[in-house]
Amino acid sequence: MIKYTKPLEQTTWRETEVGGVLTVPGTAREYRTGDWRSQHPVWTKSRCIRCGVCWTVCPEPAIVEEPGGYFDMDPNYCKGCGICARECVTGCISMVPEEE
Amino acid sequence: MSAHPAKAQRVGMEVSIAVSHAVQMARAEAIAAYPITPQTHIVEHLSTLVANGELEAEFINVESEHSALSACIGMSAAGARTYTATSAQGLALMHEILFIASGMRFPIVMTVANRALSAPLSIWNDHSDIMAARDIGWIQVFVENGQEAYDHTIMAFKIAEHPEVLLPTIVNLDGFILSHVVEALEFISQEDVDAFLPPYQPKYRLDPKKPVTMGAFAMPEIYTEVKYAHQVALTNSYHHILKVWDEWANLTGRRYRPVETYLTEDAKVLFLTMGSLTEVAEVAVEEMRAQGLPVGLVSLRLWRPFPFDALREAVKDAELLIVCDRALSAGGPGGPVHSEVRNCLYPLESKPATVNYIIGLGGRDVPPEAFHDILARAQKEVESGPSGEFFLYGVRG
Repeated sequence: MIKYTKPLEQTTWRETEVGGVLTVPGTAREYRTGDWRSQHPVWTKSRCIRCGVCWTVCPEPAIVEEPGGYFDMDPNYCKGCGICARECVTGCISMVPEEE
Repeated sequence: MSAHPAKAQRVGMEVSIAVSHAVQMARAEAIAAYPITPQTHIVEHLSTLVANGELEAEFINVESEHSALSACIGMSAAGARTYTATSAQGLALMHEILFIASGMRFPIVMTVANRALSAPLSIWNDHSDIMAARDIGWIQVFVENGQEAYDHTIMAFKIAEHPEVLLPTIVNLDGFILSHVVEALEFISQEDVDAFLPPYQPKYRLDPKKPVTMGAFAMPEIYTEVKYAHQVALTNSYHHILKVWDEWANLTGRRYRPVETYLTEDAKVLFLTMGSLTEVAEVAVEEMRAQGLPVGLVSLRLWRPFPFDALREAVKDAELLIVCDRALSAGGPGGPVHSEVRNCLYPLESKPATVNYIIGLGGRDVPPEAFHDILARAQKEVESGPSGEFFLYGVRG
C-alpha cells in the first residue's frame, strides 16, 4: 500500500506535481470506492461451494478469499454492483441494503 | 548595451513558409497537423521538409484537429519537441484538448493563423477564433509582421520548454494578411538558433524504465490546488518571456515587449490594437501627429499572461483609450480585448476613458482612414456621453 507524505486534503498547490503527474504507482488504492455503495453482498456459507466464480467476475476486484477457501467482500472497494450475486453458481450471495 | 546582431540572411519569402522554416530551425521532432485555410501552407511546407529529409521529425497525418492536438500531446508526453498549427474551425475542433495540453503542462508550440469563425462561412481574418479560446491556459502572443512570426516561433519553444514554465504556447498571426504575404525577412543561422535553443529536457516523460501516470483524475480535494499551480506558472511565465525576448534582442537586434508603444509621448488619445492591424494604425497615427493631433498607439503583443502592469503604465497618462477589437462577444460587453483592458484599468484612480470599436470582422479591410474616422467618432462619444457599450465600426444601416 502506498503511503503519501500527506493526505490529499492537506496537500498545498506548491506540493502538487507539474501537470498533476503521479510519480508512484498504485495511488488509486487510496481512493476508497466502497464509499459509493448502497448495497453489499452477503454469502450464505452453507450453500457456498467455494468455486471462486464471484472472485473471478468482480470487476473492482473487491472480493477476497478467506481462510478455508470461502469468500467475502473488501468493504473499502466493493461498490455494491451485484455482479457476484447474479453470477453465483448456487445463488448463495444476496445483496443487502446498506444501513443509514 | 549595444546589440551584436547575429549573422543574418535576408530573404524574400511567404510568411507561412518562413514560419515552417522557423519550426525546422528550432529542430521540432514531432508534428501533427491538419490543413485548414489560411494555415495550410505552413503544414504543407513542413510535410515537404520532413518528406525530403530536410527536417528529422515525425510527421503524423491526422483526420482532424482534435486528433492533431491529441497526437501532439502523446508525442510531447514522450519527450519530443512538438509543433502544430491551425486556424478558426480547426482551433474550435481542438477546444477540449487545448485545456488538456495546458493542464498537463506540455510545451507544445502552435501557430494560429487567425480567421473568422463560421457561420456565415468566412475564410478571412479576424480574431474570433483565438478569442473563443481565451481561457485555455496557454501562453498567447500576437505578431505584427512576418519577421515577428519567424522570431516568435523560435522563441516560443524556448519559453514553453523552460523548466519553470512548461506551458503550451500559441503564436497568433493574422490569416492571409500575414500568412500569405511575401516579405523581406532576416533569418539567423542554424548555429545561432542551436546556441539559443538547446534540446528539450522534459521533467517527466513516458518512459518504461521510470513509469509515471499522466492525466490522472483529481479528486475535489486536490483539483483546485493543481489548477492554481497552473495559474501561478502562467502568471510567472511573464518573467521568463521577458528574459527570452531580451536574449533574442541581444542576438538579433530586434527587441519585443509585452505592450508595445508608438508615439505615445504626450499623447492624450491612444489607440490599442493587436496583430497586423498595429502597422496600419501606425500609418494613421503618423498622419495624425503630422496634423498636430496628440495621438499615440499601444499594441498588446502578449495576451496571456495578461501584462497588467505594463498596460497600466503605458496608458495611465492618456485621457482617452480607443480599444480596437477584432472579435465580437455577442450579447456581452462587445469586444473581449476591451472588456479585459477595462478590467485591468478599473482599480486605477486616474485612468483614461475607454471606447470600444470592433473592426475588420471576417476580413473586412481596415485602411488607415478608418482610424481617422474612429478618432472623430470616439471624441464625439466622449463629449456627449457614450451611446453604447461598443461600436461595430462600418456596419451598414
